[in-house]
Amino acid sequence: MKYFASVKKSFKLKNYINYILVGAILLCTTVLQYTGLLRRSNANLLTQIAFSIILAVSLNLVVGFLGELSLGHAGFMCVGAYLGCYIANMLHAVIPSKLVVLILSMIIGGLIAAVFGFIIGLPALRLKGDYLAIVTLAFGEIVRTIFKNLPAFGGPLGLNTTKYGTSLFIPALIMVLITLIAAQNLVHSKHGRAITATRDNEIAAKAMGINVTYYKLFVFVIAAFFAGIAGVIYGHYATPVLYSFFSYNYSIEILVMVVLGGMGSITGSILAATFITYINFVLQTNLSGDLAALKYLIYAIILIVFIIFNNAPALAPIRDKMDIGKLLRRKKAGSDPSNIHGDDADWHRIPTKIRMDELLSLDVTPDPYKPVAPDKNKSKKEEK
Amino acid sequence: MSTIIDGLSLGAIYALIALGYTMVYGIAKMLNFAHGDIIMVGSYVIFSVFAFGGHPIIAIASSVVVCTLLGVLIEKVAYKPLRGASPLAVLITAIGVSYLLQSIAQLIFGAKSQPVNMGSFDVLNIAGIDINVSTIITLAVGAVIMAALTLFVKFTRTGRAMLAVSEDRAAAQLMGVNVNRIIMITFAIGSALAACASVFYLMQIPSTSPTLGSMPGIKAFTAAVIGGIGSIPGAMIGGILLGVIEKIALSIPALNPYTTAIEFSLLILILLIKPIGLLGKKRREKV
Repeated sequence: MKYFASVKKSFKLKNYINYILVGAILLCTTVLQYTGLLRRSNANLLTQIAFSIILAVSLNLVVGFLGELSLGHAGFMCVGAYLGCYIANMLHAVIPSKLVVLILSMIIGGLIAAVFGFIIGLPALRLKGDYLAIVTLAFGEIVRTIFKNLPAFGGPLGLNTTKYGTSLFIPALIMVLITLIAAQNLVHSKHGRAITATRDNEIAAKAMGINVTYYKLFVFVIAAFFAGIAGVIYGHYATPVLYSFFSYNYSIEILVMVVLGGMGSITGSILAATFITYINFVLQTNLSGDLAALKYLIYAIILIVFIIFNNAPALAPIRDKMDIGKLLRRKKAGSDPSNIHGDDADWHRIPTKIRMDELLSLDVTPDPYKPVAPDKNKSKKEEK
Repeated sequence: MSTIIDGLSLGAIYALIALGYTMVYGIAKMLNFAHGDIIMVGSYVIFSVFAFGGHPIIAIASSVVVCTLLGVLIEKVAYKPLRGASPLAVLITAIGVSYLLQSIAQLIFGAKSQPVNMGSFDVLNIAGIDINVSTIITLAVGAVIMAALTLFVKFTRTGRAMLAVSEDRAAAQLMGVNVNRIIMITFAIGSALAACASVFYLMQIPSTSPTLGSMPGIKAFTAAVIGGIGSIPGAMIGGILLGVIEKIALSIPALNPYTTAIEFSLLILILLIKPIGLLGKKRREKV
């Protein structure tokens, strides 16, 4: 029982830190906004950060928790932005309140993006392998080409939208909170465990009765939904909504946020999205012309170095040494390895392959995991 | 008719690039997203040699050599440490390498496109159809390269080892195949093919830019999936099919702006109907 109690405690901290983080920012900035202390550029930056966080967290659901690569996240955002704002333009004529229009268009834009996610995910997720990456990449290009050429959406000039105003960051940050609640509850639920099981071993998950395709599609559609919402927020922030913004490069930028923050870490995604958006905001004014390539050079290096460091089998011992969380847990648990319960990161260390040299060597060391109790019975039996 | 011939010549370029994708996928089981950017590097090598007043033959040869070495280097530095890691990790690294090559090219040569003149080509009139000589060269050399590659894979020791590795890596290793060496050779061949593709590409469109490789790369990759990824004849058929479709779509005014959308929709359609592609092999997964 003590074991479960400790697990619950640690989960609590993890659960609420994100909400506290975003909630605190929301509270402070709202107060600043209404006292007139918040500068316009900072409010804009906050809006950008808000939709970046929504994008990064939703992509992290697909990449980090589902283990599939989506290269068309900007495509879903594009669908949400164009269609959601198109509908918002119509709603503005009927409903006078900007906030109501924003909320309605967010829901509609998200739902339309989710429908697209379903259509795209269905053929790709039935297959094993990297097909989702290709299909989403193709989808992003298709969507851009179509919106570029449809006269109803402004064609190459982009769709004109009604700006919400500087206080857009308040509903946007509330939307971030909603996204976080949805994502974290999903991840920590029974469905979340099914999803991570699918990521870790698809065949084993299938054998346990998990409907793999259903869960893959489920996560992908949810991610598309939130990407669509982020698109609607973008549409209320920037006008006109231009197809060229939602390029392959932007999808990669979201991916860099996820990788930098750590795949499967929602807090990491929030921090990385904030960091990269801020850096972009600063660089936008300072870097021009060919030096803009520096940004992508840094992205490339982040992708390569982080992925190789986190995944290369040869670097596993170094990773173990550098992992602060694991070190702390080990210190708490003491030197006795049998005390380390619930350290699920250690599961991979249990050898699954038979090591011939270990079997053949004569000097067998006692297994530290083996319980000591049965030995007493054995000796008693021998005495008898 | 001339549209179809143009399509065939574009298709031959796509097929050459698709071969690189499909071979690497078949043998290393990874999508080499940086493949398209190797074409870009090849074109910049040609540009640089021309800038120093080199002969086209020297330019082409140095492009092939540089691309081959680059392919091997990328494999060694970026992909080899990740062997045995999850496919997702390798995929993201490949995207990183692609960005790395693009941004380095942009920092060195600038984002503007630079003219590369591969020489002027006559237009021949055969049976009433105007055909550019560059089209004929592309088709002929492309066919020779593809035939040579097929023969190489089927009849040489290394080629058969490649087939073995793509079939079952562990079993091939037990049979004494040096898997690391085979993967390296695959990357070398794929990159050399990409260099050839860059030569043909420059013959059709005489300018180069840092993003030159990304679109043909993605399209060739689409071609490889349509043909059945991992299958060499599939890549050729898929490439030529895609090239012809692109040229036909471009020639119809109503479809012209949607060409890219049509090509990629074709990909999604193929994955819906026949997920393994036209010539792909179905694999059963064993535990």
